[in-house]
Amino acid sequence: MTAAIEGHELKRYYQVKGEGFFAKPTILKAVDGASFSLESGKTLAIVGESGCGKSTLARLATMIEKPTEGNIFISGADPHAHGGAEIPRLRQDVQIIFQNPYGSLNPRKKVGVILEEPVIINQNVSAADRRRLAETMLDKVGLRPEHYDRYPHMFSGGQRQRIAIARALMLKPKVLIADEPVSALDISIQAQVLNILMDLQEEMNLALVFISHDLSVVRRIADQIMVMYLGKVVEQGEASTIFANPAHPYTQALLGATPAVDPKLRRERVKLTGELPSPLNPPPGCPFHTRCRFVQDICSSTAPPLETKFERLVACHFAEAAVES
Amino acid sequence: MDSVADTPRKSMLRQNLAEFWYYFSESKSAVVGLAFLAGIILMAIFADFIAPHDPTIQYRECLEHAPAWGEEKCNFIFGTDYAGRDMLSRIIYGTRLSLVAGGIVVLLCLSVGIVFGLLAGFFRGWVDTTIMRIMDTIMSVPGLLMALVLVAILGPGLLNAMIAISITYLPHFVRLTRSSYITESSKEYVIASKVAGAGRFRIMFITILPNCMAPLIVQGTLSFSTAILDTAALGFLGMGAQPPAPEWGTLIAENRDLMLSAPWTVTFPGLAILLAVLAINLMGDGLRDALDPKMKRS
Amino acid sequence: MSLLEIRNLSVEFETVKGTFRAVDGVDLSIGENDILSIVGESGSGKSVSMLAVMGLLPWTANVTADKMEFEGRNLLTLSSKERRKIIGQDISMIFQEPMSSLNPCFTVGFQIGETLKEHLGLDRNARKKRAIELLDLVGIPAPEERLKAFPHQLSGGMSQRVMIAMAIACNPKLLVADEPTTALDVTIQAQIIDLLVNLQNEKGMALVLITHDMGVVAETAKRVVVMYAGQQVEQQEANGLFATPHHPYTHALLDALPERSLGLDRLPTIEGIVPGAGDRPDGCLFSPRCKYVQDDCRASVPPLENISDTTLRCFHPVDLEGQAT
Repeated sequence: MTAAIEGHELKRYYQVKGEGFFAKPTILKAVDGASFSLESGKTLAIVGESGCGKSTLARLATMIEKPTEGNIFISGADPHAHGGAEIPRLRQDVQIIFQNPYGSLNPRKKVGVILEEPVIINQNVSAADRRRLAETMLDKVGLRPEHYDRYPHMFSGGQRQRIAIARALMLKPKVLIADEPVSALDISIQAQVLNILMDLQEEMNLALVFISHDLSVVRRIADQIMVMYLGKVVEQGEASTIFANPAHPYTQALLGATPAVDPKLRRERVKLTGELPSPLNPPPGCPFHTRCRFVQDICSSTAPPLETKFERLVACHFAEAAVES
Repeated sequence: MDSVADTPRKSMLRQNLAEFWYYFSESKSAVVGLAFLAGIILMAIFADFIAPHDPTIQYRECLEHAPAWGEEKCNFIFGTDYAGRDMLSRIIYGTRLSLVAGGIVVLLCLSVGIVFGLLAGFFRGWVDTTIMRIMDTIMSVPGLLMALVLVAILGPGLLNAMIAISITYLPHFVRLTRSSYITESSKEYVIASKVAGAGRFRIMFITILPNCMAPLIVQGTLSFSTAILDTAALGFLGMGAQPPAPEWGTLIAENRDLMLSAPWTVTFPGLAILLAVLAINLMGDGLRDALDPKMKRS
Repeated sequence: MSLLEIRNLSVEFETVKGTFRAVDGVDLSIGENDILSIVGESGSGKSVSMLAVMGLLPWTANVTADKMEFEGRNLLTLSSKERRKIIGQDISMIFQEPMSSLNPCFTVGFQIGETLKEHLGLDRNARKKRAIELLDLVGIPAPEERLKAFPHQLSGGMSQRVMIAMAIACNPKLLVADEPTTALDVTIQAQIIDLLVNLQNEKGMALVLITHDMGVVAETAKRVVVMYAGQQVEQQEANGLFATPHHPYTHALLDALPERSLGLDRLPTIEGIVPGAGDRPDGCLFSPRCKYVQDDCRASVPPLENISDTTLRCFHPVDLEGQAT
């Protein structure tokens, strides 16, 4: 079976102006070699802190940007082949929802217009059918048909996020990219939105790419996990395997840093000293070596390859030591 | 669960208007300005009924007649000018020309400015550089001087004056559109539209433009008053509306020689300009307070 | 004797749509060396109530209280000059957005020095020495060099450390931290929380932690106040609250945490949304969303009562088994 969405050695570099007038432009490696394959009905969580490239990956997956190297496949088709002729068709299969429910809806358009926009652009459907479709969608995300004529500013954050979900699903996509969809929401609303996402994923057999920094949410929803640090994938595999026993020191630190209410779920806090290095000037060798507790000489000179260890992919010279700790 | 959005639909517009009015009416001077402007507009529309005399009829027996009230002969409240025409009627008819001049200048600036601003903001790169450098060049020459040169090239007349003034105002509109376009274009709803497959035209005009309108409306209102002022200035310098058109600036110009002997002939048109500009500016400030989200208090 | 004593604090705002009650009858008492956490969803009035104590609300706010005393001094009747002496010296505050809390026009050293000059009247050299000491205390490496840094040269975590340094510059007796880690990455969040708790221990000051993150609360606070729609609904020891929440709202809120429902198919949710300005119910504010609602809940507002070691605002509290009595 072909994967709904597949990334193969994706890289995305940006040229950034250097500081100072005569400085040479530097290369920002926002995503530096990420591969994944996601089937319909499954969820891939991309986890990492700011600057790790998770949002760039979302832009690549939605075809807003073209990868510098590597390929993306939507149901087996490469959108950037043949000069991008297939992009308009494939775009309908990949839709996105964003973190900030206040910025993602056009404030000057009614909910109905917002919902129908993707259909107007891509399909030839009569106005009455469009409206029926929009109202069905509103119903599915737990809103009412009369909300069709209202403006976004009349809704609360959680309701707006529902509208954003409804808009993303209007074209019946195969893949939904959710870029931190619940981090801006309150806990009780977060639970509602997560449930809606899970319900709709089941109903529409969606492949869900869930980008988040909140591991307690990820643990709840993900089948597979990809942990990123400064543009590199450091650990990738089945969610249950990784949560049970993380093999990369960074994953361990992330898990340890996530505060938990239940003392049983609390891991020993692996303290990370130091700041996140700037992605513009990442440390040589293993990008994590400046903050790692297992660091040795080899880490600062040679970047560890992403290889299969302990039933998952991990990029660390000393994964064995990390697992045992 | 939908408490926030449960207000009946009909009252929606009314609620928006009510909120707008709440912020607008916080400034009493803005309300006074609005009322005065409404009066001027009504005066312009119904000039035929309000004006006591035809603005072009010359009452030869009442040349340079001082303002008078209730006299049997030469009963002109604002007096008459050098040719014996009723000043009041000329000022009332003059509102038409001034308002039309202001309105057309603003419309020209808005339409051309928005297009250039959007192009600059959307394409960036060399398109942006070219447009913005041309605008900088226009801005680097003093406005009235620029307008004078343009009218000298195009030839005097109200229409050419309006075009010239529009060109001098254009940079403000282009810059404003460009900057708010750039701010808006990084918002997530724009990306969402792109993901939905929206093309360039749709992104520019349908998705983003409506969100840039608030500052443009304010700029438009304020330019309206300066346009009236500059039209009058050009008229005074003989480069704008040509006599016998009763344009306010032209009125002052044609009676310039009588400034000492018949001061009312220049005072009343001058007052008309002053009050109209003041009213529009006051209203513009109120509009800015009500429309500019940065100034909005919760 | 408690450091800060508040009885029946209410804050009202005049808006277009009439009077809005942001805080409604809050009782707080913070002892020396105490860590109190105020939790609640957005709009619950948790920040506003502390801003009211600090006297930092805009003039449109109408603050009333039966009692608002700091070290026995009545904050309500204090002149603004006297109040300024207390605020910033004995009570200080840090905010959610570290990047915008620092003035971008001045160096870090200047901004710390300003506080020291204003409250302690130190001379130039003493200020510099103290500023270096403070930066060192909050874990900023190479503090001498950092004094000359401008805020834009600092990362989010660093800026928050500088804010903390400024806040503790005068050895305050009470530090109010308003969502201090919400804008930060997970690993940095853990560092900042540790720093705050360590400082609280070393300096023996009281800490009020305002947050929506239950995990952070569980790992740091000694006592917890739960707020809902401007009202205080429950106050308990942290351990007790997370083990046996008595208010139905607290109960439902904790259930909605993703980590608490790992075995379930869907997350438990609280139906509906927080009442806004125009639609506050007559009785208990939580009654429209409460699972255990009864007729008396809809009729009248329950008073704030002490039941054993818990302060509750509920007619039918939930006991250990999760059943309403």
